[in-house]
Amino acid sequence: MLSIKDLHVYYGGIHALRGVSLEVPDGKIISLIGANGAGKSTTLKSIMSLVAKTEGSVEFDGVDITKYPTRNVVKTGIVLCPEGRRVFPDLTVAENLTVGAYLRKDKEGIKADRDWVYELFPRMKEREWQLAGTLSGGEQQMLAVGRALMSRPKLLMMDEPSLGLAPLVVKDIFAIIKQINEAGVNVMLIEQNAKAALEIADFAYVMETGEITMSGTGKELLASDEIRKAYLGE
Amino acid sequence: MNKKTKFICTLVLIAIGAGLLVFIDQATPSSAMIRSVLQLSAIYSLAAVSMNMLNGFTGLFSLGQAGFMAVGAYTFAVFTIPVASKPTVYYLYGVADALANVALPPAAGIVVAGLMAALLAAVIGAPVLRLKSDYFAIATLGFAEIVRILVASSVFNRITNGSLGLKCIPGFGSYYTPFIVVFICIAIIVLLMNSTYGRAFKAIREDEIAAEAMGINLASHKQMSFIASSFFAGISGALMAMFLGAITSTTFPLMLTYNILLIIVIGGMGSITGSIIASFLVTFAKEWWLRFLDVEHFIGDFHVPLLRTGFRMVVFSVILMVVVLFWSRGIMGQKEFTWDGLYGFFRKLKNKRQEKSPVGGGAAND
Repeated sequence: MLSIKDLHVYYGGIHALRGVSLEVPDGKIISLIGANGAGKSTTLKSIMSLVAKTEGSVEFDGVDITKYPTRNVVKTGIVLCPEGRRVFPDLTVAENLTVGAYLRKDKEGIKADRDWVYELFPRMKEREWQLAGTLSGGEQQMLAVGRALMSRPKLLMMDEPSLGLAPLVVKDIFAIIKQINEAGVNVMLIEQNAKAALEIADFAYVMETGEITMSGTGKELLASDEIRKAYLGE
Repeated sequence: MNKKTKFICTLVLIAIGAGLLVFIDQATPSSAMIRSVLQLSAIYSLAAVSMNMLNGFTGLFSLGQAGFMAVGAYTFAVFTIPVASKPTVYYLYGVADALANVALPPAAGIVVAGLMAALLAAVIGAPVLRLKSDYFAIATLGFAEIVRILVASSVFNRITNGSLGLKCIPGFGSYYTPFIVVFICIAIIVLLMNSTYGRAFKAIREDEIAAEAMGINLASHKQMSFIASSFFAGISGALMAMFLGAITSTTFPLMLTYNILLIIVIGGMGSITGSIIASFLVTFAKEWWLRFLDVEHFIGDFHVPLLRTGFRMVVFSVILMVVVLFWSRGIMGQKEFTWDGLYGFFRKLKNKRQEKSPVGGGAAND
């Protein structure tokens, strides 16, 4: 469904992505792992057109979206749940979710999706009228995921959903990711927590200094000696 | 509280406000201070709410308010001064031929004033809105000064009458005109802020990157907010021109921007009701309640020290500092006045009292 070919991105003089190609097939969870500064976030941001691509193409459901502005990328059904949660702190939980559905006009559908998000995260329903800034880190991450889901994406891209969260909360978040995927949303996941990311992934890519160096199913990579040494510390 | 009761409560509140206004209009002589201070407060509240739209809701820190008000005021004056009065107004330089026979009715003049300010905002918005925070503030500040200097410059002598300014500007047809115009404008702003656009503005204020990732078009929304804010600033400028009857370039100095900024800071950045409340409080305090500090007083034989012309501004500044120190988020913060909020407030008070009384009773028994 999503296919990226030979993507190049520059930050000023720095060559951040050096020809990244990857595929996200239908119905799967894809993980992208790698060290700091490998270009994982940049890959997601360039898919969203939040950073400019110099070369390469991005195709989604057969449509070339390489040159789409961010809002049109969201309209075609890709959404990014940004790194560090970035909820709107002085808006209520309900308002945050409404902003997530910003590009949609179908009131009934929005309402149904809001109910779905509240079903996924009952805690959000309880805190509907609370300001998002007063939520705990885990709750904010749940809200950020919920907000992203409100655009009814076909592909949900998550940038470090486990960042700064307690291990128990991380477990919850990964269980929810699985649930979201089972509901028919494709998920692409960036993680530094390589073990969790590989366990959940149907297929995974490993990035190093702006290039994809390895790929395989989650199980294959978990079993590979190289990965165990470099990312799992064994 | 259900929707219907809230709606009725709002209607009752508006009716009380209107009734009070009619009462003041009927009961006071036409020279009474309260009459003009009320009108001025209403005009300031529109200016404050329009500035808050940009600074408080969209998070664009603009200092161009006085500039847009000047544009509105001058546009209104140029288009509405009666044809018969034009020779006296422009006695020194003469009036531009195209304008010699133009005199719009005031209602049309107000709309044109708003549109002119909005048009100018659209023109300067494209380059200026690319700037971030402080740079944006400085650019808009510069714009306001450019406007002020241009209207006083000799290039536009036959339109703006140079440094002589414009007079014979038609005043308010009835005492209620400014209140009605301000009420309509603020009602429109409230509707806008509660719409999808308003939420998008707030999202941009909170986090630009997240807002963009949700599909909000940053550039066009900032532009929209800037234009809408300027439109209403232009209208408040037109009302100011009507209120004063005569304007010059010095009617809209930088200080005016700061005065309005002060109102929205006291009221709470991002709160429309806060801005309105603060407009009335600040204007009343400055123009009326603190006036007694400007004249010498004697208590018996005792000559009260310090009181002299200008002293009220000293006291006013001290009050301001206290407000900013102790209520740094202003009277309302980012909240709006709501019936639920009021209800909750009284319930909390009641609960507190109930919590206190059994403790007090217990102590008495011992």
